[in-house]
Amino acid sequence: MHDIALRAAGLQKRFGGLLAVSDVSIDIRVGEIHAVIGPNGAGKSTLINLLAGELLPTSGEVLLNGADITSLSPDRRARAGLGRAYQKTTLFAQFSVHENVRLAAQARSIAPLRMFGGARSDRPYLQLVNDAIDRVGLSARSQVMADKLSHGEQRQLEIAMVLATNPRVILLDEPLAGMGPSEARGIIGLIASLKADRALLVVEHDMDAVFELADRLTVMQDGCVIATGLPQDVRVDPGVRAAYLGADGGIA
Amino acid sequence: MSMPNLRVRLFGIACLAMAIALPFCVSTYYTQFFAKALIMGMLAMSLNLVVGHGGLVSLCHAAFFGLAGYVLALLSPRYDAASLLTTLPIAILCSGAAALLIGALVLRTRGVYFIMVTLAFGEMLFFFFHDTKFAGGSDGISINIRPEIAIAGRQLLDLDKPVTFYFVVLGFLVGVIALLTMVVRSPFGRALAAARDNERRARSLGFPIFRLRLTAFTLSGALAGAAGYLAAAQFGFVAPQMLGWHQSATILVMVLIGGLRSVTGPLVGALVLIGMEEVLKAHLDNWKLVEGLIIIGIVILLPNGVRQIWSMVFGASPQRAAEIKPAAAEARHA
Amino acid sequence: MDLITLGVQLLNAVQYGAVLFLVASGLTLVFGILGVINLAHGAFYMLGAYLAYWITLMTGSFAIALLGGVLVAFIIGILLETVFVRLLYGRDHLAQVLLSFGLILVIDEIRQLLFGKDVHAVAPPAWLSGSIQLTDNLSYPVYRLAICAFCLMAALVIFFVITRTKIGMIVRAGSENREMARVLGIKFDRVNRYVFAAGIALAALGGILIAPISTVFPGMGDGMLILSFVVVVLGGIGSVAGAAVGALLIGLTDTFGKVFFPSVSSILIYVLMAAVLLWRPSGILGRQDA
Repeated sequence: MHDIALRAAGLQKRFGGLLAVSDVSIDIRVGEIHAVIGPNGAGKSTLINLLAGELLPTSGEVLLNGADITSLSPDRRARAGLGRAYQKTTLFAQFSVHENVRLAAQARSIAPLRMFGGARSDRPYLQLVNDAIDRVGLSARSQVMADKLSHGEQRQLEIAMVLATNPRVILLDEPLAGMGPSEARGIIGLIASLKADRALLVVEHDMDAVFELADRLTVMQDGCVIATGLPQDVRVDPGVRAAYLGADGGIA
Repeated sequence: MSMPNLRVRLFGIACLAMAIALPFCVSTYYTQFFAKALIMGMLAMSLNLVVGHGGLVSLCHAAFFGLAGYVLALLSPRYDAASLLTTLPIAILCSGAAALLIGALVLRTRGVYFIMVTLAFGEMLFFFFHDTKFAGGSDGISINIRPEIAIAGRQLLDLDKPVTFYFVVLGFLVGVIALLTMVVRSPFGRALAAARDNERRARSLGFPIFRLRLTAFTLSGALAGAAGYLAAAQFGFVAPQMLGWHQSATILVMVLIGGLRSVTGPLVGALVLIGMEEVLKAHLDNWKLVEGLIIIGIVILLPNGVRQIWSMVFGASPQRAAEIKPAAAEARHA
Repeated sequence: MDLITLGVQLLNAVQYGAVLFLVASGLTLVFGILGVINLAHGAFYMLGAYLAYWITLMTGSFAIALLGGVLVAFIIGILLETVFVRLLYGRDHLAQVLLSFGLILVIDEIRQLLFGKDVHAVAPPAWLSGSIQLTDNLSYPVYRLAICAFCLMAALVIFFVITRTKIGMIVRAGSENREMARVLGIKFDRVNRYVFAAGIALAALGGILIAPISTVFPGMGDGMLILSFVVVVLGGIGSVAGAAVGALLIGLTDTFGKVFFPSVSSILIYVLMAAVLLWRPSGILGRQDA
């Protein structure tokens, strides 16, 4: 049995009159990739923001490794082992690839805000930085400024930064958005390789990728979970077929 | 050590040698003038930790500068010299504490709010000293006798001698440069710059943004306090204008002239601006009109400070060009 | 304090708040719509007061001063937007702060050249110069009541323009979502120019109105700038209704602070601001996205 790394229970978020997320409960287990799918406006991004702490829920709770983190700020959650990549690329644009990843590693180092000693000569975690850059395949580009990278490379850098924080739980918001097929293949392989000792939640539109990667699937619509379970069960769920896939609904 | 790095160090050493030789080459008036300019340079460098490295446009920096001056004035006995070794730490502590308190409030805001709120709290301190009688009100107070550096009654340095005072200021300046360089290059400094570049990402990586910025704000205020203490000791007089927001804005102009991305740039900016004021004052009655126009011209034409002239005339080294271009490109896009 | 004195102080507070509102609404509009922070806003308030003094001196009519002053400020605003301010759209706040600081120095020196640095008084128009006798030894100047009425009317006009007219719609679209409005084909160049000029005219109008009950002096712009900032921070930036709430709060705090806590009255509004920052960092009526 996999142990539950991140658990959301009865999560609800109201923006004025709009119920963006309504009574969502979800468990993310170590060793699993949990995909969340649903049409635009289903509340997927809001859910990720609630889990990462950028939004505070109207009600409900979030548990990380059994500890209540519902009211913790995003930085406290990150230090507790929660890593995320954004849907819209969010990097330190004026910094090099290496410095982007180094900063990520620094954030989780023993003394992240030390005021003496050069940051760049800090040996203990430089290995971690280089490993993360290697792993996403950006070694040859490590001195390039982040805003000079291609879109695909920026997505790779996003993931390298998440890796460098060495999180136990990773939240990925549409990691394949805007990627060509060959670039996407690399990222899919990379994501699949991350789950060994971590829990992953992936929001993604690319159904081929979702069914290739996901160990567990949650379908959202209008802020609610309409189905959750193993991919093969969800695929044949009549409610999902009707609501999400439409009449011709062939996901495969 | 790489070549550019070596060149920078040699340049720094040459500047220091010139600064040491200076009082032996110029008149007392200019020794005092440069002491004043270096103090303002210290002040501008301390502000740049928040503005250039932290990305926060603060308009209350003069308040921490002036507060330390007032602390010295209030601690100075009327007919005796205050001890620098006790009053300077107290002044720095007061400025740092004020920065911590004000910072804790203003750092809850962002962007344009931050500018307005820092301005307002800076003016609060201005009005505090302006409207209350105990510190001389709008007339200010004099410091009749300069503080002395003495241990057990034995005077070590005579601050009444302009050359000695100049060297004390130079010593402080070198100390501040060393401290700021260390902080900027440290993990703390990199995290601060990262939060400037992308606050959301920095937070999601786990950096506590508020604490990070509050620390920088407090340190910056404390260093402004050191500069304010020296300025008050030099002039022997403090007045509310020392805390006013025109002073804060003038320091910001120095920072912009010198360039935001380096530690010593604002020092250059201070020397340029104060030198310019000196020349204008000597030749014009309405010199502020010309100064205002020059400031407007600099903002419009030189968004990266005087270094831009340097690179336009001599051609930029590739690394510098890379630093300048993104800002210009950003300006065009938006 | 008896009821009549209380009432008089209340009127003072409202009158003070009303003028503050005019000036601050100009500031908040310019920021909300152009995204430009203008530190020279207070300088135009000062300039308005000096124009009121000078035109009244030349023509003997306060009414001409009122119209002429506003018109001059509006024209200066159009010129400034065309020459300088348009260069600032999209530049960072630092550039905006420093350019407008340079502008303050220039305006101050021009004022010095044209009007000198003397302190002046301006007479209110004759038909408003009387007082209403409240009790045997207490009277209230008619002009102050007229200011309240005038500012109330001006506020109604501002609200009407913003909520009911096509210009107001464009203005609101621009401050809500500039990109979207641009896509929809709204041209901002001209709107920007008029909004900036109107903002400056509002600052000058405040200065003109205040001239007869205050003295006209060189440093008056600085104090007003800070107060307008506090108003905007209290109310929420870009919100005209917020400016009204903030201005009234400051009028009350300042007036009654001087009555009840004279020794700390100059600090009170900052205490108020600190409290609002702790409670709602984006202002009372501001959008709380944090």
